[in-house]
Amino acid sequence: MRYSALQVLRNGLTGNKSWKPVWRNPTPKSHYDVVIIGGGGHGLATAYYLAKKHGITNVAVLEKGWLGGGNVGRNTTIVRSNYMLEGNMKFYSHSLRLWENLEQELNYNVMLSQRGLVVLGHSDGQVEALARRGTVSVMEGDDGVLWSREECRARMPYLNHDDARFPVYGALMHQRGGTARHDAVVWGFARAADMRGVDLIQNCEVQGLRIENGKMVGVETSRGYIGAGKVGMTVAGRSGQVAEMAGLRLPIESQVLQAFVTEGLKPILPTVIAFGMGHFYISQSDKGGLVFGGDLDGYNSYAQRGNIPMMEHIAEAGMALMPMIGKAKMLRSWGGINDMTMDGSPIIDKSPVENFFVNCGWCYGGFKAVPGSGDCFAHLMATGNPHPAANRLLLNRFETGRLLDETGNGASPNLH
Amino acid sequence: MRINCPNCGDRDVREFHYRGSAKLLNRPAPDAGEAAFVDYVYLRENPAGLNRELWFHEMGCRSWIVAQRNMSTHEFAGTELARNAKRGAK
Repeated sequence: MRYSALQVLRNGLTGNKSWKPVWRNPTPKSHYDVVIIGGGGHGLATAYYLAKKHGITNVAVLEKGWLGGGNVGRNTTIVRSNYMLEGNMKFYSHSLRLWENLEQELNYNVMLSQRGLVVLGHSDGQVEALARRGTVSVMEGDDGVLWSREECRARMPYLNHDDARFPVYGALMHQRGGTARHDAVVWGFARAADMRGVDLIQNCEVQGLRIENGKMVGVETSRGYIGAGKVGMTVAGRSGQVAEMAGLRLPIESQVLQAFVTEGLKPILPTVIAFGMGHFYISQSDKGGLVFGGDLDGYNSYAQRGNIPMMEHIAEAGMALMPMIGKAKMLRSWGGINDMTMDGSPIIDKSPVENFFVNCGWCYGGFKAVPGSGDCFAHLMATGNPHPAANRLLLNRFETGRLLDETGNGASPNLH
Repeated sequence: MRINCPNCGDRDVREFHYRGSAKLLNRPAPDAGEAAFVDYVYLRENPAGLNRELWFHEMGCRSWIVAQRNMSTHEFAGTELARNAKRGAK
């Protein structure tokens, strides 16, 4: 069923009684051309682009819980493309362009709001580094506008501009950055994939991988064995465990990142703001809650909850930057498990096991990558070659030395 | 989260710095070859259960500690000074 304004009106006037479930709930078949492990944003997007762009529709997405119940439902919904290294830049730039047409593409309102993302600078040197970053983004075809000290004061009067430690000296405005509605992205891709014949199978946990003569032939699941021509893994946060079933070890440690939301408030914050020195970023959801977060807790964890010290640190950083939020009540906090790679950049590649493909290592940046990751992973699985936008996100870069280390922190996943 | 430092006793996690897998104690021999070093520097077991890992008691006795911690529950199963830890242990 195609959605339109007319339909919304008609259903509204007739008591909203004729809406139907937007995807089927099929029983798994015994064999698929492609099996995707993980029904989050990346897995559903991969299935969608496989069907849409490559005509591969005999596809199953296996999800151990419910669709979108993992990290795609546990993030801060920020969308941006302001990276500096070539391999990352072209990928996130590609992803942002897909975001910009996603609602028309999926016929689903993902509530993309390009409200702009402001990165603050607190010294002359930092503002010069932001100018360089903006210039690099413009050269890549993205955008960036430098705001002076005076412009920052005029546009963001609610910030503490004269903090003794981190006064605001300037900012880089990434106008096409913003936020989207995370659940709608999941539902939109799920519906669009289902409409093209993809089987979305929930409550189906992958418990083993069947490999014969170095070749992936199928997956053992809680709902029985399912044969597969090709298997793709999109389970970021748990990648190490699924890869282990294939006898692989990855350059990844799982770490927890917390996020917080306040009670709903009137509109007070028109952009996303990133306060790098205090490790704090914030935006306001359409419902009115201030959504904010900071750094990783800093140690390996599979617990989907964080610890008090980082919560305190983030609250302190928020208060230092934006004293007005002190009166808002913190409503909820949550933690997501991040695949932290050894260089802070993701992996979309084949694996040493034939017909087994890996999509992992999204660190804390997986949400903005959803459409780009799906498109590039589908391209890789369908053609056997990396998508031009993702041809540096390779698994073997840790052997060849062609790392993508944006922060220059080396092999310390908790510092990226 | 509190960590039982063998020198100082039970201390708040804020006093410690985390360095990751205790695998780093087992540096390969200089002539072990490239594959051994790629494995040492980059590849990790990343278990969802007990992890053997390095913590530095930065704001305490400044000793390196090897801890066994459950990554799913954050529960510690034991700590020892890194200098006493058995090299070659997994």
